[in-house]
Parts: sequence; C-alpha cells; structure tokens
Amino acid sequence: MGSENKKYAVLKNNGSVGTAEIPVLSYNEFSSEVVTLLQKKENHCVTYFAFPEVNGLKFIAGIAEDTNHNIFVLSHFLPETKPQKLESLTPKINALHIFEREIHETHGVDFPGHPWLKPVRFAHNRANKSMKVNDYPFYTIESDELHEVGVGPVHAGIIEPGHFRFICNGENVLHLEIQLGWQHRGVEQTMLEKQTLLQRNIVAESVAGDTTIGHSLAFAGVMESLAGIEIKTQLDVERAVALELERIAVHTADISSLCTDVAYNLGANIFGILRTLIINFTQSWCGNRLGKSMIRVGGTNFPFTNENRIRLFKTLSEYEKQFVELAHLTYRLPSVENRFDDIGTVSEQQALQIGTVGMAARMANVLRDIRATHPSPAYEKYNYTPVVLPKGDVFSRFLLRRKEIKQSIAWLREVMDNEEFLFPSDTPKAELKLKPLSLAISLVEGWRGEICHTALTGNEGKLAYYKIKDPSMHNWKALELSLRNLEISDFPINNKSYNLSYCGFDL
Amino acid sequence: MVLNPVVIFLVSLVFPGVVARTKAKIVGRKGAPVVQPFFDNIRLFQKGNVYSQTTSWIFQIAPVIYFSTIFMAMLFIPLGKQPALLSFEGDFVVFAYLLAFGKFMMIAAAMDTGSGFEGMGANREAFYSLLVEPAFFIVIASMALLTNHTSFYNLFNNLHLESELSYLIAVLSVYIFLWIAMIENSRLPVDDPKTHLELTMVHEVMVLDYSGFDLALIQLANGIKFAIYGALIFNFVLPMQDYFVAQLVIFFVVQLLFAISVGALESFKARNKMAKNPQWILSLSALAILGFLSVLIITGKIILMD
Repeated sequence: MGSENKKYAVLKNNGSVGTAEIPVLSYNEFSSEVVTLLQKKENHCVTYFAFPEVNGLKFIAGIAEDTNHNIFVLSHFLPETKPQKLESLTPKINALHIFEREIHETHGVDFPGHPWLKPVRFAHNRANKSMKVNDYPFYTIESDELHEVGVGPVHAGIIEPGHFRFICNGENVLHLEIQLGWQHRGVEQTMLEKQTLLQRNIVAESVAGDTTIGHSLAFAGVMESLAGIEIKTQLDVERAVALELERIAVHTADISSLCTDVAYNLGANIFGILRTLIINFTQSWCGNRLGKSMIRVGGTNFPFTNENRIRLFKTLSEYEKQFVELAHLTYRLPSVENRFDDIGTVSEQQALQIGTVGMAARMANVLRDIRATHPSPAYEKYNYTPVVLPKGDVFSRFLLRRKEIKQSIAWLREVMDNEEFLFPSDTPKAELKLKPLSLAISLVEGWRGEICHTALTGNEGKLAYYKIKDPSMHNWKALELSLRNLEISDFPINNKSYNLSYCGFDL
Repeated sequence: MVLNPVVIFLVSLVFPGVVARTKAKIVGRKGAPVVQPFFDNIRLFQKGNVYSQTTSWIFQIAPVIYFSTIFMAMLFIPLGKQPALLSFEGDFVVFAYLLAFGKFMMIAAAMDTGSGFEGMGANREAFYSLLVEPAFFIVIASMALLTNHTSFYNLFNNLHLESELSYLIAVLSVYIFLWIAMIENSRLPVDDPKTHLELTMVHEVMVLDYSGFDLALIQLANGIKFAIYGALIFNFVLPMQDYFVAQLVIFFVVQLLFAISVGALESFKARNKMAKNPQWILSLSALAILGFLSVLIITGKIILMD
C-alpha cells in the first residue's frame, strides 16, 4: 500500500507507533474504512475509544487481523467547534455498539442511528452528570401477562454487584437486561494519576482480581513497548507459564462452581480442592496465590528456577491424575450432562455479530485466541493450538474448560521439557523513560479472553491516556442472548458458565 | 403410644445433621457435628423476629401453623406394634391434608411478602405438591386394597400377613416414598437446599424472609417431616416385632440408613432441570399405578386371561 493512500498504521502485538504516523482521517473515510475492514471475517475490533486533545476529541480504533498478526490503528479528529454528532457505525457493525455507548457516555458525542445509547457504567467522568445510576433506562414490555424479576446488585452468593432484570412469561425469560457499573472505580483515571511505575503496575493487577496475570501482562507489554525495552524470550516464557497457571486455576474453580450450581456435591468439592494445588504453586513461586507482584515491567523479582521447574512437574502430575479421574466421572454423569446440555445456546452468527472474544467465542465455533492469532514470543516459540467447540450451549462452555486445561497442561509440559531456564531474568525497572507522542497496544489472551491495553504518551513522554478493554465488555451481551426463551431457573448456571468480570467491565 | 411422637421427634433433631455429615464425609471433609442443626435452632429460638413492612398477619401466623400441622401429622404415625396416638379409619387422608394445609400456609405467607422471588418459589412449590399428591394416595390406596384397612396402624399391621407378594409391593412403595420424601422436603433432584441462587430455589426462597424464632420453627418442622417419612418407610419394610426394644433399635437403624442414603443421593447426582421436574414427579405416580395394578391382580380383582 502506497503512503499516499495509507489510511491506517500497522502494528504488531505489543508494538508501538508514533501518533504522528497514524493518519488522521475525516469521519467519512474513517467510518468507511472501519466498516470495510470489519466486514472481513478475519478482522475484529479490539478497541475503539476517544480521548480529549487540544480543541477536540481524538478517536482511535484498533482492528486486529487474525491471519497476519497485524493490528490496524485508525484515527479521526472531531474538533470542538463542530457539532458533537457522528453517524453511528453500529447498524453496520453490531459489535461496535458498546464502544459507541462508552464514547457517548464519557464525552457526550451523539451517534445518530445507534439503536439505544444507554449508559455503560456511570463513570465518574461521564458527560451527563445529572443522570444517576438509578435513572438507568430499562427496556420494558407492557403486558398483563408478563412480569419483571430484578436480581441484584446485592446478591446472596459471593459474587460481584450487578443488576439483572428479567422480563418473564411465567418461568420463561423473554428478555434479560444486565446493568453494570456498580463497581466503577476509575481505573483508567487512576492509571494516569499515579506517577510511579510500581503504583501503576499494582493498579493494573487490580483491574480484575481473577485475571491478575492477564491484566498485568498487558500493562507490562504496553509499557515495555513505549519504553523500547526488548525483553528476553525466556522472560516471556516465564510470564506465559504464569498466564497458563492462572487459566488452569480459574477454569478448575469454574468447573467446581458449575457443579455447585447444579448441586453435584462431589464435583463441587473435589475440583475446588484441585484448584488449590495450582494456586499454591503460584504462591510458592511469587508469594501470592493470585500471582500479584509476579509480573513487573522489564524484568521479574521471581525468576523461574530449575527448582521451580521440578516442582511444577510434580504439581502438574498430581493435579492431572486427579483431574482426569474426576472429570471422567463428572462429564459422563447423566444428571450433570442432562442439566447442562442444550440450554443457553449462542449461535456462531450471534457470537460474531456481537463480537464475543475468548472462551465465549471459542465455545460457539469462532476462533478468537490471541495466543494463536497474535502470539507473543513465548507462544511463537511454543505454539498453542486453540480449542474450538461447535455448539455454543452451557455444556460447551463446561467442556471447553476441561479441554483448555488439558491443552494448557500439554503446553506447559512442552515448555518444561524444552526451555532451559539458565539465566535468571533481569530485575524490574524502577522508572521508565517513555517515548513521547506514541501509541502502544498490547493484546493478551487471559483465561476469559482477549485483554487489550492501549496507552498514549504526550509531549514529554508522560502517559496521556490509558485504555483498558476487558473481554467481558462484549461477552456480557452473549449472556443476555443465552437467556432468551430459557427458563429463569437456568440463569445462574448460564451466568456461571461465562463467569464474566463485573469489575473488569466497570473499571 | 405416647412414645411414638417422642422417638420421631428425637430422630428429627439429628436427621438434618446426619444428612449434612454424610455429604461432607463423602467428599472428604470433616463436617459439622450431627447435632449442629439442633444447636442452630436453639440459637434461633433465642432470637427475635424481623418482619418486613409489606407483610400482614398471614406471614406471622404461617410458621406456627406449619409447625403445628406437621406436629399433628406426626401423631398419626404408628411404630410397628405401637399404635399411633391418633388413629381411625381413613386417617391417612387427614395426615396428607394436614401436611398440605401447612404447606398452603407457607405458600400464602410467601405470596404475602410481595417479593418477586418468593412468589416464584411459592408457585413452584404449589405445582410440585400438586403433582406428587397422586403418588402418595395411590400407594396408600394400594395398601388399603391389599389389607382392607384404611388407617395407618391397621394397614401396616396387616400388610405382610395377607400374601408373600406384599413384599414386592412394599419394596416399590419404599422406593416411591423415598422420592416423595425427597420432594416434600425440598431436596435433590427437585430442589437444592444448599443453593444460594434465588432463581433456582423452591422451598428455600419461600422462607427467605423468615428469621429468628419463626425460622427455627420452620426448620424444626422440616426435620420432623423427614423423620415422619422415615417412620413410614420403616413401617413399610419391617414385619412387626413382638419385642419392643428390638423394634426401637430397628427403627433407629432404618432412620439412620434413610438419612445416609439421602446424603449419598445428594452427593452423586446433580439436580434436575426445572422444566423436567413435573415429568419426573409424575413418573412416580406412574410407578404407583403399577403397584396398584399388581395389587389388583394379587387380590383377584383383575383376573388375567391366557
């Protein structure tokens, strides 16, 4: 492509580019280019946001091309003087609905043509401050035969706050609406306010407590890229090992919770015990069971030693032996199969339409796996083959976890067999000098799916904007669709089968 | 005679504890002492009640009625050669509708709270009770037909005198009663007493608004209900013993086995899909009809032709 008609900058995962090199398009060009790109099946939008610049708003869209490991970055500038009104892209590309709602909420930009610009999370820095969380505009159907059931935001179990509103005809759900934002903490804002690298790193670890490794990896990727630090492949492998351990641990816990929700006592308890084996290993490695303080920018305080390797081998064998035995029992138990099978189905077409990522996509026959499509050096060295299931129901999500655990263990074994952890990795950087006026994007396949962190620097290399996209952002919609025409009593297992993040969404 | 309710009541105090302990043991946990539910109830009895402002006197009176109906139903249960405290021809109908009346009050109270959840639970509970009723009556009617008696005491005392084949009927009846007991006590596979998910609850969601004294009454009544079904099962299986002590020992053993099998059933099986519950419950009635037909054949009411 010649530079004269170049419409976007091309990056690799964990790459950075000077903001001056991203062509600023007119909205017409921008929208037609975005639509053209996203109509291709191998492309999907990883991030789309706006941030204030002098005299106006700058729009940035990141579109990942799965076949060639590329990420296209497009931009557009909307001056203050112009009416804050842009034609919506959602009617053409449905998956963009949540991004446009977010831009509308934060910056007050109107998107004519968008079906319903509902608030996303009632951010503190939202444009319309007069609107409170209690004013949320719910979808309603007027009928004498229907009733509404509201659940939350305070729940009976140990889950995060979220409000679910069902429109039901007897036991059947016609429509489910999920209202989030109760846990909004202003993470992106905090990221800018905190000045030291360590503080920011800790903020990144806390984006979603169950995805500590995933989010801190994305943070490290962005920072290292902006500072121009090349990390050794060995360090990236160590990080990937941590990422896979997190995946195994959370998947095991989810299988246990799914058993709890269908009152299968044996599975609920034993899978719960098995998770402990994995997180205890993580603790012995870095001192925290959830992997906090494991990932640091530019190096690590907890190098993976040969002793660790031997212990990991032992832990994995012990874990696998019990896991296989119990999974064999659980996944073939007629009452369990009967409970999970054929409910909460999301079709492949729906999954593509709403832009699901990660597990929620792979269970519905859509291959979205950053480890395969935009691999970091570790996954380039040791290839990972994603698991994709065709059906899209609760059982698929239940089964996907088992298969992914198997796959992750196999991957870890391959790494343990071939990687030599000879040189202890560098110690982390205390401070970084970031490249001025640059943009960096990092994609990480956390256990839930694709995590996208984007950072922009200003004139003197100071962090100017930080954007986080958790996989839950799109996937909550899949849960809503799952519930259509389902019994209301099937909601909890559907919710658990996705196990989406509330705080990752609320930020 | 007076002893029957006493032993049933004693069993009811530890019954939920034994079930919970069994479930804990099976998955390798230590589990709480079997008397823990009893202690919990004592603690609750010492507490006051909290009433929601939307509720009326129905909500407040329901637990007492629920407890008293179940307590009264307990008086109809004979133990082997020991006749029941209250016994007359046709007493099983009174027994069944006493339980139904208690349940009706709980359903009314749940509706009284005006909560979306409780209405849902009440709706389910009413539906399942409706479906399980035929199974109970058909089983008892088969017994009545076989023995020509219609009170619990006479029915059980004459059950095994008439024909050897009655054991077959007894086994079938025990199977059906085991599941009726599970349904009536809101256990697996129809309901899950341990769940924290309001949307899947049946019985638990109906008592969500109860606290303190009222809650203790309800839990105590649930325990008694279990023990009542255990006692009925005991009466089905065992021929009358002349020795009172032997009879008592067997009674406790049967109750213990019953509690352990409830715990085991709940450990190795997942819950039904809510939509499949009605079908599953009706299958019990189908089984009961099978028993009824067998009785008709045994008693010569139906003669099979070659």
